[in-house]
Amino acid sequence: MTAPAIVGEDVTKVYRRFTHRNQFKTLKSALLTGSVLSDLRPEEMFTALDGVSFDVPRGSTFAVIGENGSGKSTLLKLVAGITKPTRGSLSVEGRVSALIELGAGFHPEISGRENVVINGVMLGLTRREVDRRFDEIVDFAELREFIDAPVKTYSSGMYMRLGFAVAIHVDPEVLLIDEVLAVGDEAFTRKCLDKIAEFRRRGKTILFVSHTLNLVEKMCDDVLWLRHGKTALRGDPKRVVDAYLTHVATGEDAQLASREAAAFAATTEGPPSEAAPGESPGASGYRPGRWGSREVEIRAVRLLDGRGRERHVFTSGETMALAVSVHAPRPVEDFVFGVGLFAADGTSVYGTNTDIEGFSARRLEGDAEVRLDFEGLSLVEGTYLVDVAAHRRDGTPYDYLRGLNSFRVKSRTRDVGLYRPAHRWTFGGGAEVEIPEPRAELEFGDEPGA
Amino acid sequence: MIAALGALVRSRALVQSLVSRELKARYRGSVLGFLWSFVNPLLLLLTYTLVFTVILPNKQPDIQPYFLFLFCGILPWTWFQASLAESSGVIIAGGNLIKKVLFPAEVLPAVTVLANLVHFLLGLPILFAFLLWKDRLAWTAVLLPLPILVQLVLTLGLALFLSALTVHFRDIQNILTHVLHLWFFATPVIYSYAALSEASLLRRVLRLNPMTHVIVTYQQMLFHGNVDHWRGLFLAFLVGVVAFAAGAFLFDRLRDTLAEEV
Repeated sequence: MTAPAIVGEDVTKVYRRFTHRNQFKTLKSALLTGSVLSDLRPEEMFTALDGVSFDVPRGSTFAVIGENGSGKSTLLKLVAGITKPTRGSLSVEGRVSALIELGAGFHPEISGRENVVINGVMLGLTRREVDRRFDEIVDFAELREFIDAPVKTYSSGMYMRLGFAVAIHVDPEVLLIDEVLAVGDEAFTRKCLDKIAEFRRRGKTILFVSHTLNLVEKMCDDVLWLRHGKTALRGDPKRVVDAYLTHVATGEDAQLASREAAAFAATTEGPPSEAAPGESPGASGYRPGRWGSREVEIRAVRLLDGRGRERHVFTSGETMALAVSVHAPRPVEDFVFGVGLFAADGTSVYGTNTDIEGFSARRLEGDAEVRLDFEGLSLVEGTYLVDVAAHRRDGTPYDYLRGLNSFRVKSRTRDVGLYRPAHRWTFGGGAEVEIPEPRAELEFGDEPGA
Repeated sequence: MIAALGALVRSRALVQSLVSRELKARYRGSVLGFLWSFVNPLLLLLTYTLVFTVILPNKQPDIQPYFLFLFCGILPWTWFQASLAESSGVIIAGGNLIKKVLFPAEVLPAVTVLANLVHFLLGLPILFAFLLWKDRLAWTAVLLPLPILVQLVLTLGLALFLSALTVHFRDIQNILTHVLHLWFFATPVIYSYAALSEASLLRRVLRLNPMTHVIVTYQQMLFHGNVDHWRGLFLAFLVGVVAFAAGAFLFDRLRDTLAEEV
């Protein structure tokens, strides 16, 4: 690789928190020092980027990923030169075109034709260059028949398409893209991706911010993961994306866990309800709740992974166990434990109980543990709700927990439906295929060392 | 200041296209379209003529026909007043550009001033037609570029100043309306500066107003046909240069804050 096209060293960006009170103060310091921040107290400031260093070699494609508010867009704006870093340095070589907001600067009242010219000039082309590329731009945007209509009559898709077409035809050395690839229908998105691929072939530098992680993996040479304005990890796309996904899943796990705890707490307080509110586990009318006589009480439901750790996010195909702690204040001789899995929309995925499977109850008293192991969770990606119940053989509930527990299944494969049977493709005769690179499924539960 | 001028010159293609966009967009969709550039000053003139010949007749002998005298001052004043009123909000209105596109922000107030200059220039032929009709068109009209230049520098400076400051204090937009109103009456547009006695307090106050000298020069060149206000015009020019330097300095200092505060 040759000299880097973008170099950022210790890039830090501090914004002031918005308060009216500080207007005079910020103006005064802006006038005296050229910065609005010098007179502000720490709590009046917000650090969007904190000492991020990176370099993008010329001709490479560099992605920035991270959760909302992690500083991605701030970084892009800094590289674009729209704002200046508070501390640190940033240098960019070559003409930059930023696809931060498509069609920013279009004037609604005037025609698409005039807007193309003005937008082109705004993005750094000369009048003549715009004229030369005009047809190409219009054809790319597929707007030939509307080009003389005022832009205010365009649909939002047309607007974005024209914006993208102009920005991409500026022919920059460095292209900055902020999650703008969702600009139109499938076909147009493909066209944009092709255009970006062409940029890569021609040795242009691309920096882009995206949440479309498989695109990031496919297109980028290098990925920077930002977390709360700091570099969490940087390097090989696969490695960084995996680490990021794991982190996101861990966050989701915590969220599901706390939601579950809250739901569970809400149902244990107050008197136990008698009647079951419509006990039909149909697709519609599935509402989380809890009822039963509590002659047997479910004290806790835990979802465990293969190593016995409590988790709420699993990888498709992984082992999952359901550990239920119950308590019977007085001895009970008629009891059945049941478990049901439901999709987020209430569709029943699977249901079973100890009676169906032939276990006959003898005696239950005091504290007890019941555990159900699923070997290889054959579900596709999605959120699933769990019913856990203890009841009599005739169905009279002791304690019925409907949908109070949930878990998420993650998968790299974008297959659809609910159930993923173990399967294998075989090709014979005249069919030739390229075998995909085998990839380990994500493994959750371990926070990567940042 | 030189840097600010340089920036404007470098982005002249952009300024040019934005000015033409402003002009095109302004009357797009209206029935009269571009004719409004001519109709507007005529209607303005009609209103003031009605007021000062019928309701409050002005009989001062040296400024008759009064409507013509009025026209000579009100046309450049409109340019000045509209430029400032519009430029105070121009950065906020163009916030999208400043936040989303790498864009030299000083272009925005400059475009406002220049677009209004074009309106002013389009109004001039009407004024000339009236002057010809009343047989008042004198050779001194060829000197018009001088006061225009002075006014341009002054207006640009103030526009830079106001546009950047308004981002921090939106109150300016409200105050400005009234300041401009007062400024209008503090400038000899509807009355004659020459008629004020040399020693009067009013005249001494008016002398501090750079627009007084600009407007008086216009009136002399167009209406009276003899120019002797050079010293005043030169002072106005100096004030204009200072205003421009100050405006450019302030704008530059606030530049980095604009994208964040808009």
